[in-house]
Amino acid sequence: MLHPCSWGPGMKIELHDIKKHFGPVRANDGISLYVDSGTIHGLLGENGAGKTTLMKILAGYQPYDAGGILLNGRLMRFSSPAEAIQAGIGMLHQDPMDFPPLSVLDNFLLGRSKGLAQGRREGEKELGELCQRFGFALDPDVLANSLTVGERQQLELVRLLSLGVQVVILDEPTTGISAPQKKLLFDTLHKLAQEGLSVIFVSHKLDEVESLCSRVTVLRRGKVAGEAVAPLSSDHLVQMMFNQRLSPSTRADVSLGEVVLELQDAAVRTYRLSVEHMSLQVRSGEMIGLAGLEGSGQRLLMQACTGLERLAAGRLSIAGRDMTHEPYARFLEAGVAFVPAARLEEGLVSGLTLCEHAALMARTGDFFVHWKDAEAQAQKMIGDFNIIGRAETMVQELSGGNQQRAILALPHDDLRLLILEHPTRGLDLESTRWIWGKLLQRREQGTAILFTSTDLEELVEYSDRIVVFSGGVMSAPVDAGKITVEELGSMIGGRQQ
Amino acid sequence: MSARQPRLSRATLALLPVLLALIFTTLVLLVAGANPFEAYGNILAGAFESPRKLADVAVAAVPLLLCSAGGLITYAAGLWNIGIEGQMIAGALATTWLINALPLPSYGLLPLSVLAGLVGGALWGLLAGVLRTFGHVNEIFAGLGLNFVAAALTNYLIFGPWKPPDGATMSGTDPFPQAAWMPTLPNVRMSLITFVLALIAIGTVYVLLRGTHWGLRLKAIGLNAQAARRLGADTTSNMLLAFAVCGALAGLAGSLQATAVYRRLIPQISGGYGYLSLLVVLLSGSRAEWVPLVVFFFSVIQVGSPRLELRLQLDSSLGGVLQASVALFFLLIRGVRERLERKRE
Amino acid sequence: MADSLVVVTISSVIAASAPLVFAGVGETLTEKAGVVNLSLDGTILLTAMTGFAVALLSGSLALGFLAAMVVGAGIAFIVAYGSIALGQNQIALGFVLTLLCADLSSFIGNPYVRRPGPSVPHMPIPGLASIPVLGPIFFDQDMVVYLSYVVIVASWLWIFKTQPGLGLRGVGERPEAAYARGVAVQRTRYVYTMLGGALVGLAGATYSLSVKLGWSHGHTTGIGWIALAVVIFGGWHPLRVAFGAYLFGALKSLGSLMQPAFPDVPTQVFQTAPFALMILALLLVSGDFTERLLFYLPPRGRRLFNALLRGTPPAALGKPFRPG
Repeated sequence: MLHPCSWGPGMKIELHDIKKHFGPVRANDGISLYVDSGTIHGLLGENGAGKTTLMKILAGYQPYDAGGILLNGRLMRFSSPAEAIQAGIGMLHQDPMDFPPLSVLDNFLLGRSKGLAQGRREGEKELGELCQRFGFALDPDVLANSLTVGERQQLELVRLLSLGVQVVILDEPTTGISAPQKKLLFDTLHKLAQEGLSVIFVSHKLDEVESLCSRVTVLRRGKVAGEAVAPLSSDHLVQMMFNQRLSPSTRADVSLGEVVLELQDAAVRTYRLSVEHMSLQVRSGEMIGLAGLEGSGQRLLMQACTGLERLAAGRLSIAGRDMTHEPYARFLEAGVAFVPAARLEEGLVSGLTLCEHAALMARTGDFFVHWKDAEAQAQKMIGDFNIIGRAETMVQELSGGNQQRAILALPHDDLRLLILEHPTRGLDLESTRWIWGKLLQRREQGTAILFTSTDLEELVEYSDRIVVFSGGVMSAPVDAGKITVEELGSMIGGRQQ
Repeated sequence: MSARQPRLSRATLALLPVLLALIFTTLVLLVAGANPFEAYGNILAGAFESPRKLADVAVAAVPLLLCSAGGLITYAAGLWNIGIEGQMIAGALATTWLINALPLPSYGLLPLSVLAGLVGGALWGLLAGVLRTFGHVNEIFAGLGLNFVAAALTNYLIFGPWKPPDGATMSGTDPFPQAAWMPTLPNVRMSLITFVLALIAIGTVYVLLRGTHWGLRLKAIGLNAQAARRLGADTTSNMLLAFAVCGALAGLAGSLQATAVYRRLIPQISGGYGYLSLLVVLLSGSRAEWVPLVVFFFSVIQVGSPRLELRLQLDSSLGGVLQASVALFFLLIRGVRERLERKRE
Repeated sequence: MADSLVVVTISSVIAASAPLVFAGVGETLTEKAGVVNLSLDGTILLTAMTGFAVALLSGSLALGFLAAMVVGAGIAFIVAYGSIALGQNQIALGFVLTLLCADLSSFIGNPYVRRPGPSVPHMPIPGLASIPVLGPIFFDQDMVVYLSYVVIVASWLWIFKTQPGLGLRGVGERPEAAYARGVAVQRTRYVYTMLGGALVGLAGATYSLSVKLGWSHGHTTGIGWIALAVVIFGGWHPLRVAFGAYLFGALKSLGSLMQPAFPDVPTQVFQTAPFALMILALLLVSGDFTERLLFYLPPRGRRLFNALLRGTPPAALGKPFRPG
C-alpha cells in the first residue's frame, strides 16, 4: 500500500456524496466534505446527525454504499481500519480502542509489525520521544485500565502518530477528560496542524469548536447543513445545527401536586464521569426535561433516581421516604419506573413475546400466570400505543419504532415517577405526537415525568422545567416557558446563561 | 411455498441429526471391525425382546426423566448445571442415611425416603448455587468439583461406616430392609410408583416453566439478565431457587435408584444419568414436551447397549456414542440452518 | 534415606504432571484467543487411547504421538468451527464432545484394554543428570517430560515476548480493537484452538505412553477437568498454569504418601482431596472475600498478591465476534 511519507507532509481529503444507510435509516445522505492539510476541521451536529458514521467510513470501519473518498486526488477504498491507517488515516474513538489489561507499552506495540520481534526497546524509546514532544506523561509499564480517559487518548494518539498517520480524526474527545488534559490536547492538535497534518475534530461543544477549528462543517439529519470559516460565530453554528423556529412553548397549565422526588446535594461517581451537587424537587404531575449532550450526566441522574446507581453523597427521597441506600426493588415498589433507550439490551428481553413481557410486569402475587389477563394486557398495549405486532410476536421481530412503543407501553398506569431515556428516539413525527399524548395522560393522572431528549423543540414544548447537563455539571432548573430553543441550544453547547 | 417450508424443516431438523449420528456410528463400528446391522439389531433386541426388557426401558427412563426435568429449570435460567450428577448422589446418600437411621415400616419409610432424596439433592444443588452467586466460581467447576466430592463421599461410606458386616465390596452396602423397597410390578424391575413420580415431575416442570411467574422470570434471566433485572426479576434469588429445585429432582432420582432399582447404595448410584440428562435437555430444545420422546430414545439405547457386550464382544459405550453424536449433529445442523438463514437476509 | 525419598517423589511428580502441563498450557492458549474448549476430558481420553493404540499397532511411538495430536486438533476444530462459523454455544459443543469422545475412547479402545504396549524410554541427560538434587529431579526423565519443560518456556516466550503473542492477547481481550489494528481475529481463534487441541492430544498420548501405561476405560480419571480448572487457577498465565499442574500432581502424590501415616482415614479422602482443594483454589482466585482481604495488605504486597493469585479471564472469552 502507499505509504503516506512518500507524499511529503499533508494530505487533502475529499469525500464526495457519501451515502450510507442502516435498514430504512439514511445515516449519511449524500455528504460531501473537503479537508485541507494542516488544518483543524470541525464536524458539528446533534446526536444522530451522521458524524460518527461518516468518520467511521473515512477511517475504514464501515463500508459506504455510494460515493467516493479521494486522498490527494487518488480514489481509495478501505476494507478494514488497518488499511486506512496504512493509507495514513487514523481515528481516535470516544472510547479509545485499547486493551485495558495490557500495559501502556504493550498497547503501543500491539499490531505494529508483522514480524516476530516485539521491538520493545525501540518502541519504548519512540513512545518516550513522542510523549516528550507533546508534553504527555505516560508510564510504559502501567496498565491501560488504570489510566484516565485523557491519558488513554494520549496513548492512542501517540500510537497513531508513530504509525505515520497524516490525518487524525477525533470523535468527541473532550467528554470525560479534565481541563488541563483538554488544554494539552488542544495544544497538541495545534502542533500537529502546524506540522502539516489534517485534524478532524468531531464534537458538539460549540466553544471548543470555535476556539480550535479553522473551518467547520455542520451536519444535520444525514446531510450537510452548512459550512463556516473562522472567525466562527456560535449563533450561526447553533442555527445550522438545530434549525429551530423561534416559537415559544404553548402548553396548558396543570396544577402540580406533592413533592414526589427530592434530591439534596446528590452526587454520583463513576469511572468515566462524576456528577456533583445535584439538587432537584419534582412534584406530582410535573414534567422535567433533561437536556444536554450524550454522556454529560443525565443518565447518571436517572439511574440514581431509580436505585440502579448508588449515590456517593447527598440524599434522595421518593414521596417523602428516604430512599438513599435502598435497592432497586424498593424503588419499583415505591412506584418508580425507568425506561431505558437501549431497547434490546436493557429495555426488552429478546426471545420473549409481548404477552410474556406483559406477564412479567404484572403485579399480582399469584404463583400462576393468568395468560388470558396477560394477553388482554398485551392487546391493550398494542391498541393504546398503536404497536404493529401481535401479542405473540417476539419483541426482537418488531421494528425499532414499535419496540420503542412497546417499552413505553410496559410500565404500569399508576406510577409516582416515570423516568424515560430518549422516549421518542427513532420515531417519526406522527408516532412522536401520539407518544406524547400518552405521556400527557399519565401526567394528568399525577405521574411525575423525567425525560431526556436531544430534540430541543421537544424539550421546550413538553417540559415544565428543563435541567441542562454539560460536562458533568447540572444547571439549575429553567422554566421552559421562559426559554427559547435557541437559548437552550446555547446552554447545551456549554455557554451558561 | 413458504408455508410448506417451515414444516419440512422442523421434521428434517429432528430426523437429520439421528440419521447423521447413525451414519457416524456405522463408520465407528466399521473401524472397530463390527457389523453395523448386527450391532443395531442387538441394541433394539436388547430393549424390546421381552416384557421384562421393556419394563427395564421404563426403569431407565425414570432417573432420566427426573434429571431432565430438573435440568430444564437450570437451563432456562442460562445455567450449566453440570453438578446434577452429584446432586443425584446426594439424594441417594441422604436416603440411605435415613433408612439406616429410622427403622420404620413401609408406609412411613418410603415417603420419608423420597423426602430425604429431595432435600439432600436440593442442598447439594444450593451449594453449587451459592458457590456461583456469592463465590463467583463458575457453576461448571463448582458442579464438577462437587460431583467428585459426592462420588468420593459415597466410596468412603460404602467402604467405611456403611460397609457390610462381612466386609466391604464393590457391590455396595448390604441390601436395604424390605420396608425400604419401593414396590415393583410382578416379574419385572419396573416400579409404577417411581414411573408415575417421574411423569409427574416432567409435567410439573412443564407447568412451572410455562405457566408460572417464577418460570417466566427464569426464562427472562436466561435470555437477558440485565433487562430481566430491570423488569423486576432479581437474578440471585431466582437462580438459587433454580439450583435448589433442580437439585431436588436429581436427588429424588438418586433416591429412587437406591430404593427401587438397586435396593442398596452402590458406588455408581448415579450411573451417568445426570450428564446424560443434560444431553436430553439440549436435544429437546429446552422444551418439556419433547423430553419424554428423547428420554424414550435414550432409554432404549441404555437398555439395549449392554447386549453388545454379551453377544458381540463390543463395548456397551457404543450406546453413549450414539446418544452423544445425535446431540452433536443436532447442534451442528442447527448452526448450519441459522447460518443459511442469515445469508438469506 | 529421607532426602532421597523426597527427591524421588518430586521427580515422579514432575513426570506424572507432564500431561496436565501440556493440557493446561494448550487450553491456556485456546482461552487466550477467546475460545473455551470444554471437551478436554473427553479429548484426553480419546487421544490417550489413540496414542496407545497407534503406537502399539504401528510399533512407532512417534506415530502414536502424532496421531493423538491430530485427533486432539480435530476435536478442537469442531469446537472452533461450531462456534465461530456456525454460531453455536461453545460450552454446549464442548460438553457434548466430552461425552462423545469419552464413549468413543471406551468403544474403539475396548480391544486394547490392559494390553501391554510401548512406553516412552527413560532418557537421563548426560552430565545434567548428575547434578546433586536438581539432576535426578529434572534431568533424569523421559523425552516427553523434557518436552513439557520446552512447552512451558516456549509458550511463555511466545505469549509475552513476541509480536504475534501480543496479538493473541489482544484478540482475547478486545477483538474489535485487535481487528482495528489489522489482526485477523477469526483466523487467530481457529489457529490457537487447534494448537491447544494438539497439545491436549500430546497430553493424552503422554498419559498412556508414559505416566499410566496402557489403556483402560476411564483411564485418565478426570484430568481434563482439572486442566480446565488449572487454567483458571493459573490466571491464564502459562507459568502459573504449569505451577498449578505441578501443585495438583503434588497433592495427588501427597495423598498416596500420607495414606500409610493415617491408616484409619479411608483412601477416598486422600483421593478426593486434590479435587476438593481445586474448588477451594478456584474460590480463592475468583471469590469476593479475597478481594476484601487485599485491602488489608500494603500496596506492594497487594500488587504481588494480585500477580500471584488473582486472575481475570480474557474479556472476550466465549463471546462471538462479528467484524464491522
